[in-house]
Amino acid sequence: MDSIFLQILNGLDKGAAYALIALGLTLVFGTLGVVNFAHGALFMLGAFCAVSLQSILTISKKVRDESITFFEAYKETPYLELWWGDTGTMIIDWAVPLSILMAIPLMLLIGLIMERGLIRHFYSRPHADQILVTFGLAIVLQELIKYYFGANPIPTPPPDIVAGSAAVGAWLGLGDNVVYPWWRLIYFLFSMLIIAAVFAFLHLTTFGMVVRAGMHDRETVGLLGINVEKRFTIVFGIAAVVAGLAGVMYAPILPPDYHMGMDFLVLSFVVVVVGGMGSLGGAVAAGFLLGILQSVASMNEVKSLLPGIDQIIIYLVAVVILLVRPRGLMGRKGVAED
Amino acid sequence: MSMPTLKNDLAIMVLFTAAVLSAPLWLAPIGADYPDLLQKFAIYGIFAVGFNILFGLTGYLSFGHAAFLGVGSYTAVWSFKLLSMNVLPAVALSVLMAGVFAYLIGFISLRRSGIYFSILTLAFAQMCYNLAYSVLTPITNGETGLQLANDDARVIDTLFGISYDGLPSTTLFGLEMTGYPGFYFCAVLLILGFFLSLRIFHSPFGMKLRAIKSNQTRMVYTGYNTKPYLLTAFVISGMYAGLAGALLAVTDPLAGAERMQWTASGEVVLMTILGGAGTLIGPLLGVGIIKYFENIFSAMNVQQLTEMFAFLPDWLGKIAVTLTNPFVGEGWHLTLGLLFMLIVIFLPGGVMEGMRRIAAIPRKLKQRAVPKPTPATEEK
Amino acid sequence: MTDQKNKPGVSRRGFIKTSGGIAAAAAMPAFFVRNAWAEESFINNPGNAKTVKLGFNVPQTGAYADEGADELRAYKLAVKHINGEGKDNGLLETMQPLSLKGNGILGKKVEYVTGDTQTKSDAARASAKRMIEKDGVVMFSGGSSSGVAIAQQSLAQDMGVVFMCGLTHSNDTTGKDKRRYGFRHFFNAYMSGAAMGPVLKERMGADRRAYHLTADYTWGWTQEESIKSTTEALGWETVEAVRTPLGAGDFSQYITPVLNSGADVLILNHYGKDMINSLTQAVQFGLRDKQVNGKTFEIVVPLYSRLMAQGAGENIAGILGSTNWNWSLQDAASRAFVKSFGAEYGFPPSQAAHTCYVQTLLYANACEMAGTFAPWEVIKSLEGFEFDGMGNGPTLYRADDHQCFKNILVVEGNANPSSQFDLLKVVQEVPREQVTYEPDNPMFAGGDLGPYKV
Repeated sequence: MDSIFLQILNGLDKGAAYALIALGLTLVFGTLGVVNFAHGALFMLGAFCAVSLQSILTISKKVRDESITFFEAYKETPYLELWWGDTGTMIIDWAVPLSILMAIPLMLLIGLIMERGLIRHFYSRPHADQILVTFGLAIVLQELIKYYFGANPIPTPPPDIVAGSAAVGAWLGLGDNVVYPWWRLIYFLFSMLIIAAVFAFLHLTTFGMVVRAGMHDRETVGLLGINVEKRFTIVFGIAAVVAGLAGVMYAPILPPDYHMGMDFLVLSFVVVVVGGMGSLGGAVAAGFLLGILQSVASMNEVKSLLPGIDQIIIYLVAVVILLVRPRGLMGRKGVAED
Repeated sequence: MSMPTLKNDLAIMVLFTAAVLSAPLWLAPIGADYPDLLQKFAIYGIFAVGFNILFGLTGYLSFGHAAFLGVGSYTAVWSFKLLSMNVLPAVALSVLMAGVFAYLIGFISLRRSGIYFSILTLAFAQMCYNLAYSVLTPITNGETGLQLANDDARVIDTLFGISYDGLPSTTLFGLEMTGYPGFYFCAVLLILGFFLSLRIFHSPFGMKLRAIKSNQTRMVYTGYNTKPYLLTAFVISGMYAGLAGALLAVTDPLAGAERMQWTASGEVVLMTILGGAGTLIGPLLGVGIIKYFENIFSAMNVQQLTEMFAFLPDWLGKIAVTLTNPFVGEGWHLTLGLLFMLIVIFLPGGVMEGMRRIAAIPRKLKQRAVPKPTPATEEK
Repeated sequence: MTDQKNKPGVSRRGFIKTSGGIAAAAAMPAFFVRNAWAEESFINNPGNAKTVKLGFNVPQTGAYADEGADELRAYKLAVKHINGEGKDNGLLETMQPLSLKGNGILGKKVEYVTGDTQTKSDAARASAKRMIEKDGVVMFSGGSSSGVAIAQQSLAQDMGVVFMCGLTHSNDTTGKDKRRYGFRHFFNAYMSGAAMGPVLKERMGADRRAYHLTADYTWGWTQEESIKSTTEALGWETVEAVRTPLGAGDFSQYITPVLNSGADVLILNHYGKDMINSLTQAVQFGLRDKQVNGKTFEIVVPLYSRLMAQGAGENIAGILGSTNWNWSLQDAASRAFVKSFGAEYGFPPSQAAHTCYVQTLLYANACEMAGTFAPWEVIKSLEGFEFDGMGNGPTLYRADDHQCFKNILVVEGNANPSSQFDLLKVVQEVPREQVTYEPDNPMFAGGDLGPYKV
């Protein structure tokens, strides 16, 4: 019982991550009609916002370790700690949450530049061209990160106060063994918040209404004299920010490395398509569905019945859903079918 | 558009054959004339030519073709282990097996179109990859890859009294399939495969596939059941992939699961688009570019760059080396990424489109003399 | 020997005489064979050329790119030292016995070519073939993964060019997939288990319940098997051994079952990014603060590397594991190597760099000993070669399976590093005898080296 409860928590947590990553992708596809293979790279850049802020905050005074003579080994003390003592330590400790503040404008900027400079010219091009150009861009972005940060993952710990586990079991009257990391709970809440914000933005604002109308029928909206192009630029910016924030918040769970975007790329496409192309709700639902099924399939009891099931469950579910529901969970007819 | 005649096709084939067979000569100046890379050009050429029959003609973008490549390789190695070191049964069985897999996967995946189709094929290939890497290890030898062993059965060889000391090599009736003989074997199959693809492109069947690409709904309304055509195209291109996989095992008898990973499927997609999807030669050019980068650019280092720029004055040479170094060796991915972007930005339609534009320059100059409305470019 | 000296009949003088005679007799056929080599051809024979080429095939892209970069640095340094062009002579100063003269190999200057394995068998073999077919190397070396090492080693056998393995830890490399043309200096999973056994017993006692998370491919399985056999011999119980997909990223669904399993030790048979992720996440799940069965919960990572320690950050403090070598060792050879590497690049070498450097020197030295580049002769001089002064104490390249037997290290993550490089603390230098096994050990059964000439 406890173990199933924990696996459902895992599933919700995974699902939140999948949904958040897929959200931007489906937004861009639904509105702009662009298959963005660089979406994973945006996720990765977000995570590296956290890495960068952390390394800026920990710029250190280096005291040479005199016992080592062959090369320069240093004991490093961050200047922030030297100047501000405990306050400095605390700021460094909170580097990951703080980097959200940095990530929002930065990712927005990156998104706008990407859209204006490149993606815009590919709206009317075939999907094949979009795939090639965005894949090329993704490679370039990740190679640049590799050039500056190396290929090895970089640890980005969460603040100390939330580094451990919450006694979820004790709160709910379950066993003492039911604990869950604070940061994962925060991640879950955070993604719910972002998803809700994106939905609210699209459904409650005029801007969002136009964008949704554009998703349905771009030509008509354009004929009505509304500048759709400009709005699309902003939508792309928002997608970049959402992907970036997903990356920032994921950094403590998965120490970032330059390749993490590619690792999530295929998965996020599967989530989007299972949800149904162009459907935000579908992407979120698919994210949670796949997350929970993946967690349950990884249980030893399930694995002993079906060896290797945890390796393929996501793809298996994708196949079954696409066969039962032709356009995924909530896809619309005629979108991305030709 | 009139059907090109068999005669035209023969002319193309003569040129193509000459070009492929003389590849070791004309690739020498760029350092790509060693057997392994030549073999890879030919093998991936077959893979891409086959992929292009599906994607180029029907527009159905399969993201799981690497599965057939892997199935072909595994079948071939098993044929070497159980039947004979002769390559012919291995090739035949691999193509057949890949065809069976392609039929099964295609039958299911083709119930959907567009990106839904792409994801279905991707999902099947990823399942094959993940299982081959882990639980199917008894069949695939997992991470290490399936290899030959001294104590393999090789029933047919034993029947004919052929025995080997140490690990045997793959042969074509006694001719070892490594080095240049290996390349020429692959090259002959590439030429045959290309010829078949040419005939398909120029056949009524090919026309129907193109019609599906431009407007499937209309096809259906006119009374055509498109599914059998699509499935045939899918199976044919899967068999090409199986052949390529078999040849990988023929020239180097080891089959690893990575061959089925999505990156491998993605590679053939990129090769085809890069060269020009739907053109006959384009995919081959894409193969050439990507494999050349992977094998030659990745191997450059400061030492070689210094030699390369030795003709420059010392200080200029140093600057040139410093500037180029991030783009070669461990930076070869960066160069490849930039190349993808540049080609697709400036040459929509791939390298072939670029060539067509260059070829059109003289004509344009002539047209400038006699102003005439430019004819609309052919629908892609 | 001492006994013999005291025995009547064999005087010291007589002994020297006889051995001299034997040596002369041994030299005679060798002299004739030497002439014969000139006629017997082998692939990429440098012949009368002034230079000889080696191939360094390392991961330059993908997850192990940093490790590959460090390997490449070591190779370049080794080439400098072999050619006598370095700032110092590195391990040429300490290696015993030494045939290299610091003027290249057999008087030929060493040049090198590089390639990218991408940590994929196909790409590695393509790159190796390029080196052999196009560049004409007499030996190739490198790598960061067992699957890739095994794939290259069987290629080496097919082509008749020696492959000196880089970092490969699976038992299979010198077990069921061993090859005459492949050599491994790095240690293996069995040795990790044998070395860690006593330390685990001392630190954690003989009454423990272990839970394994194992990367689901051959290396992971051999390590799980090795560690299990060691810990079960200590009296530990194995609660469960769970296979996890390679590159899973998020391991939460595999970690939560540990909480309820009643296990009090978690053994992570993961390497590289998998290990960094699973360890980071296991610590976040509070495993290290847990008390189970009245004992503090412990995590063990049998195979450690500095890059993994860097990636996992503070989470590694106090976590036990094993490595082939560490730069903080204080013997003359290790110091000499750290000194040359540090002077050249400004930071200490990793264990991957060390093993690759040593492998290059060993190959060069074997050519010098054999007096030829003919691979079968080089192989014969490497087989059974006893040497010292390479940083791991007296070492044997065993002829039966081409595995080096030497001291290895049990280390733990450093809780209070004195510098940015001080990540691993040596707990014990485990003597060679303790990690030596018989060639017919069942974990290594089923292989065949194959012929000398191909």
